Amino acid sequence: MEAITLLLHGFAVLLTWKTLTLMMIGLLLGVFVGVLPGLGGPNGVAILLPLTFTMDPTSAIVMLSCIYWGALFGGAITSILFNIPGEAWSVATTFDGYPMAQQGKAAEALTAAFTSSFIGSLVAVILITFLAPRIAGFALRFGPPEFFAVYFLTFCSFVGLGREEKHKTLISMALGLLLAAIGMDTVSGQLRMTFGFDPLLRGVNFLVAVIGLFGISEILLTMEERLALRGHSAKISLRVVLKVWKELPRYWVTLLRSSAIGCWLGITPGGAIAASFMGYNLAKRFSKDPASFGKGRIEGVFAPETAAHASGTAALLPMLALGIPGSGTAAILLGGLMVWGLNPGPLLFVEHKDFVWGLIASMYLGNIVGLVIVLTTVPIFASILRIPFAAVAPMILVSCAIGAYAIQNAMFDVWLMLLFGVVGYVFKKIGVPLAPFTLALVLGNRSEDAFRLAMIGAGGDMRVFWSNGLVGSITTLAFILLFWPLLSRIFAGAARLRHAPGP
Amino acid sequence: MSPPSAQEIAVDDPTAPEPDSPAVTTTRTAEVVVYVLLLALALLLGFDNWRSGMGWAKDGPQSGYLPFYLCVILAGASVFGLGITLLKRKEVSPTFVTRDQLRRVTQVFIPTLLFCAAMQWLGLYVASFLLVAGFMRFIGRIAWWKSLLTSFVFAFAMFATFDVAFDVIMPKGPIEALFGR
Repeated sequence: MEAITLLLHGFAVLLTWKTLTLMMIGLLLGVFVGVLPGLGGPNGVAILLPLTFTMDPTSAIVMLSCIYWGALFGGAITSILFNIPGEAWSVATTFDGYPMAQQGKAAEALTAAFTSSFIGSLVAVILITFLAPRIAGFALRFGPPEFFAVYFLTFCSFVGLGREEKHKTLISMALGLLLAAIGMDTVSGQLRMTFGFDPLLRGVNFLVAVIGLFGISEILLTMEERLALRGHSAKISLRVVLKVWKELPRYWVTLLRSSAIGCWLGITPGGAIAASFMGYNLAKRFSKDPASFGKGRIEGVFAPETAAHASGTAALLPMLALGIPGSGTAAILLGGLMVWGLNPGPLLFVEHKDFVWGLIASMYLGNIVGLVIVLTTVPIFASILRIPFAAVAPMILVSCAIGAYAIQNAMFDVWLMLLFGVVGYVFKKIGVPLAPFTLALVLGNRSEDAFRLAMIGAGGDMRVFWSNGLVGSITTLAFILLFWPLLSRIFAGAARLRHAPGP
Repeated sequence: MSPPSAQEIAVDDPTAPEPDSPAVTTTRTAEVVVYVLLLALALLLGFDNWRSGMGWAKDGPQSGYLPFYLCVILAGASVFGLGITLLKRKEVSPTFVTRDQLRRVTQVFIPTLLFCAAMQWLGLYVASFLLVAGFMRFIGRIAWWKSLLTSFVFAFAMFATFDVAFDVIMPKGPIEALFGR
């Protein structure tokens, strides 16, 4: 069991006072970010990224990933106490969590949410521990054609499997790839799409775009709504925690099912939002008493929370093993890796063992510490909501501006961030998904380099993408996924024809 | 609304948009505008890439090749979107933004714009003091002393975190210069 030895080594890397302190700070900031409406996991991570620029990569990723875990935990607090999902993935938690709070069982609901988050996450981390090194080891044999095929597969699966209208996904992705191509072309040294405008020489910075798209636009969207709120405050006693934990084994099927759904949707671009709804719906369908869902059933809290957390964690698997993020937040963490001078991809497991295993160990530790923190500090975080949003919003705006400016010390980036804020606001309102855009922007240059290196290696022959079994099957799979909506319609049509009575 | 009990948390929003405010535009109009803008962008970028070479050299694509075809995809998807949006029936389109919502969004966006402009002359920390205080007072209708105190503490905390503790250099203005930073 090489993985276990390496994991223990990872814990050794982690167990210094400095790292542990950063971990606590990260978790607290994360819960804070998760509780506030108008700030979520990706926004929080993007805005706080500049804080880590001066740190070493291991401390930086530990702090950032802990912000992420904290945000995953924090989303549940407002869902249950206020019926306001702090995050899109905790919408399903409100269905049964809020009724429980109304019946005076807020503490039970919160304990259930935190515990199941922890379980979902743990399952996903175990999966990462054992699967990620294997996938990375396998991917070490990849050359440029294989890498391009994998990138292509990622893009195609977003288009083919996404729930949004296809042309909107395509627009979002093409726009992201185009913006990634602005600036100096790495292969020929030619300038592209700069129109003689100097600040564009460096290209559009990924993090600036993300801060605008997620931070600024989220504030604008939140301000459109009535921000008055009313809800319960809560305190969790040890007795309630133990009572809920004693009930846990009874729901092992639900927990396992939701974890599996979460892991699967986290690795594929389904995401935590889809996972939480699917976990909830399946728990309801397989229940003996489906009518009691939505009226304050504890299982209705377990199911979505486990799935959402498992998915949020599993999204880091492809990022670590292949350098391909499985979610928006993972894409931002990937952007962070590049800022700290690491090259994401399978080589990470060989060249930066300390970093990778430190990160994996921090997933275990971060979740345990996170669970303890949220269970003990819920009353404090619930009272954060007493602060009116009119005070929080400008502070978030200031943090966004600091983040955007600090990346390259450029005022141009601040204006660009505002522009992306407006773009994100409009796109969200007309249903253009932002995740494909983020993914395309962060992977754009890498996938283009892979494509062109493959072309140089093969003398410009496109058949290189079918030159061996591995690359051929990945490319073919990519095309199948791209045209999946069309194919499934054809299959359904054919099946109907066969069953139709003849003339 | 009855006054909240001790176990309850209640926060009010005095300048909230009214739910029955009339619509300014429909989603349909907004979509059409976005598609037209995207189409224009695709044409502009496509032209630039065509100029820098979108062909196929001996050893693979020229530097404009991939971006050019991305522009084609972008243009194609925009035209498709434009087509199906225009074919949809007009009456069923939901509201894009109501007048009250637009008012609130402008109330947030314009000060943010001014804040970004002001941070170049006043420095980030003074500008953020003004933004937070103004926002709390005029949008949140929070008492003057609370607004000023909160924003002062916030600006100072930001300065301590970024400038002193983490060495992140932000634009600074005359006030910081007075204190020799």
